[in-house]
Amino acid sequence: MRRRLLPHPLLTATIALVWVFLTNDVSPASAILGLAVGIVVPLLTRAWWPQRPALRWPLAVAEYMAIVLWDIVVSNVQVAWLVLFRRGRSLRSRFVSVPLDLTSPEAITALAGTITMTPGTLTADVSADRRALLVHCLDTADPDATAAGIKHRYERRLKRIFE
Amino acid sequence: MLLMAELVIAAFILGGAFFLLVGSFGLAKLPDTMRRLHGPTKSTTLGIGCLLIASMIHFLAERGAPSVHELLITLFLFLTAPVSAHMIAKAHILLDRPARRALPDTGQGDGWATLAAPSRTAGETAGRTRQRAV
Repeated sequence: MRRRLLPHPLLTATIALVWVFLTNDVSPASAILGLAVGIVVPLLTRAWWPQRPALRWPLAVAEYMAIVLWDIVVSNVQVAWLVLFRRGRSLRSRFVSVPLDLTSPEAITALAGTITMTPGTLTADVSADRRALLVHCLDTADPDATAAGIKHRYERRLKRIFE
Repeated sequence: MLLMAELVIAAFILGGAFFLLVGSFGLAKLPDTMRRLHGPTKSTTLGIGCLLIASMIHFLAERGAPSVHELLITLFLFLTAPVSAHMIAKAHILLDRPARRALPDTGQGDGWATLAAPSRTAGETAGRTRQRAV
């Protein structure tokens, strides 16, 4: 019964929170309206999202977000440096294939998004069997080290959160 | 106090403008599509992030109440920027033959999803639909 009314409790909470933020007004009225939207939308979209993605370790999620935010700042400075002071042709850009240990589509999406937002790397594609990511590096001396770094820094933590 | 706030706001706006400028400059300067994608996906996120922080401090100092719209803008930006970059990269792989041949191997039996035959992708979709029906 609970599962039928609330197929995705996390999505419900997110929508309610986003609604309150959108109205920019923290009051019971907007909270109730937000909850109503948050209950109706998952019910209507249930057919396209059959499994409930599990999020374990809320603290690990917070840690992951902090790490990614920090890396975004670092990556911006690095990319700005490369753009301003290196000639375009001298950048050792190349594609790297990163094998995946993650299996859930949500986790792979999160990893792909993270890679795009962080230092000098960009996700371009995923393999058809979802077991490798195609990553483009702006400037790398050692592609294997880059791939290992991604696996160690992000994938390990995502695995703990999602699987 | 207000002067302090204004100084901090000015610093954030200048920082944001700098990173936005560098991002656009990178887009214009770098030699090929994949390298060009790095500019707008990264520098602009921090640039806009700085502007949004400045906006939040401004409203906090002026009205005494924080504005939370900025957090939502950040959230949606983080959700959409990787997707658009991914789509441009896919289009690039499909359009540019030399680039396609230079791609590294997946290390698995299957190739990259963008280049996979439609039947294979369709088969996977069917597999997921079956899970959904259960």
